[in-house]
Amino acid sequence: MTSAVSFQKASRHFGSVRAVDAVDLDIAPGEFFAMLGPSGSGKTTCLRLIAGFEQPTSGSISIFGERAEGVPPYRRNVNTVFQDYALFPHLNVLDNVAYGLMVKGIGKAERHKAAEEALSLVRLPGYGARRPGQLSGGQRQRVALARALVNQPKVLLLDEPLGALDLKLRENMQEELKSLQKALGITFVFVTHDQGEALSMADRVAVFNDGKIMQIGTPEDIYQRPKTRFVADFVGSSNVLPPDFVQRYSGQHRWGSLRPESIRVGRAASGEGVSARLVSTNYLGATTKLALDADGLRLHAIVPAGTALPAEGEAVVLTFNREHLHLMDEPA
Amino acid sequence: MRSDGSQSAPLGLKIAAACGLLFLHLPILLIFVYAFTTEEKSFVWPPPGLTTQWFAVTWNRPDVWQALSLSVRVAAISTAIALVLGTLCSAAVSRTKFFGRETISLLVILPIALPGIITGIALRSAFSLADIPFSFWTIVLGHATFCVVVVYNNAVARFRRTSGSMIEASMDLGADGFQTFRHVVLPNIATALLAGGMLAFALSFDEVIVTTFTAGQQQTLPIWMLEELIRPRQRPVTNVVAMVVVLVTLLPILAAYYLTRDGDQIAGSGK
Repeated sequence: MTSAVSFQKASRHFGSVRAVDAVDLDIAPGEFFAMLGPSGSGKTTCLRLIAGFEQPTSGSISIFGERAEGVPPYRRNVNTVFQDYALFPHLNVLDNVAYGLMVKGIGKAERHKAAEEALSLVRLPGYGARRPGQLSGGQRQRVALARALVNQPKVLLLDEPLGALDLKLRENMQEELKSLQKALGITFVFVTHDQGEALSMADRVAVFNDGKIMQIGTPEDIYQRPKTRFVADFVGSSNVLPPDFVQRYSGQHRWGSLRPESIRVGRAASGEGVSARLVSTNYLGATTKLALDADGLRLHAIVPAGTALPAEGEAVVLTFNREHLHLMDEPA
Repeated sequence: MRSDGSQSAPLGLKIAAACGLLFLHLPILLIFVYAFTTEEKSFVWPPPGLTTQWFAVTWNRPDVWQALSLSVRVAAISTAIALVLGTLCSAAVSRTKFFGRETISLLVILPIALPGIITGIALRSAFSLADIPFSFWTIVLGHATFCVVVVYNNAVARFRRTSGSMIEASMDLGADGFQTFRHVVLPNIATALLAGGMLAFALSFDEVIVTTFTAGQQQTLPIWMLEELIRPRQRPVTNVVAMVVVLVTLLPILAAYYLTRDGDQIAGSGK
């Protein structure tokens, strides 16, 4: 089967800066694919390589089997939802949405009808006559989405589209994007620095750092079985355990990771385990986050709210199931 | 943020402001008054009598028409050149980063910072070095040097406020370079170009210094006026011309002011 998007050793260097460095990537048709990483990790440059705003310095990129190098953005069947939405301020909402059809030479009645349909799809019917300046951030975001979808792209690129929205709106849009993608069956490539967003929405996630992909996998893979310390730390702030510590429990001299929710905290007298000191407690509503100090090793534990807790500064004993201790590939 | 409009300013401040405005605009009114005077050799106050004969005299003077038509043609063509070059230059400077960008930006602005007499002498010696005879086109070239700056400054400011991703969005939606320019770039900078173009036209229309160095035998309107002031014959004709010029130029300038003001509001609210 042809991939929707495929990178073969694709690089984009800006002088001595390797924004994207020899990336191999295959995105399946119809997939919801997230590119996750801190700022400057190369995820947005990857997106721009797919859109055609950047050309690879070396390597090759293909979109549905067609070579993409040298093809300008306006000849790719790919559309983008920009981080700042990039709506045209001089056009009303309907003409913004119909823009792609207008430059293709489609008649006014037909393109306005298609634009109206796209607006209903993003649940903004009847907003066509307004100016972008009269809309809220969430509404502009929907218009940007409709403007991209009306062209029926094979791949939809989303560059941190939820970054500017407040929390409640962001959660709504996450669900909506997900169901829209299911309904339309279009390949979505989504760039974000928010690991929660990537895990909750994507079918597969690629974790970027320093222009390279650290790990590609399902959200569960990435979360439960990080391959490197970077992934463990960046995706959900896992406890990263040094090889000496791991050796005591698993017999192998390798880096390990342990999810904060896998740690049980007991009173010092309660038996065997890692002795530690409770540094601070942080009430988060449904859970409480504990900062612990085990002989100089900083650990975090998350316990359900309502658990009886020792006082701050007291000695505690930490226990966990061996199978929750994940050994990473990264050499010690 | 505007301060509360209902709050009244102190009386002293009001008087000072009125004096300032009178100082600026009374001389212009005087020019209007002298257009109707019956005394043709010198300007005496108060005018010994009032007449409208000078309008007819002006109308029938071919030298007025020649000077006016030359000025209009020079200003129109200089403005047209400035619109094309200034827009291209501002697009290059604000849309891309390249070696020497700041230098080019400075070099473009330089003609308006330099005293006109320097520009004039420089152009004159350049023309004679290159053996170019003084003509209509040498005046146009001289004026274009500072007209480009005005258009460039206006366009560059607008480009800076226009989101760069808008152009990318247009390309992404299938528009090639030309379509993007026509449907996205031009509508967004149109009011800035209009304002820059009108200012360029006005600058060219009343330019004296550079023109004296780059013109041959032709007289643009301001140069004609200067010459006319020295001659003691039919003086009020100059005033009639001045008055008509003021009235005719005031309307488009007001129009440009209102147009760009609305445009700025639209551009601002889109952010």
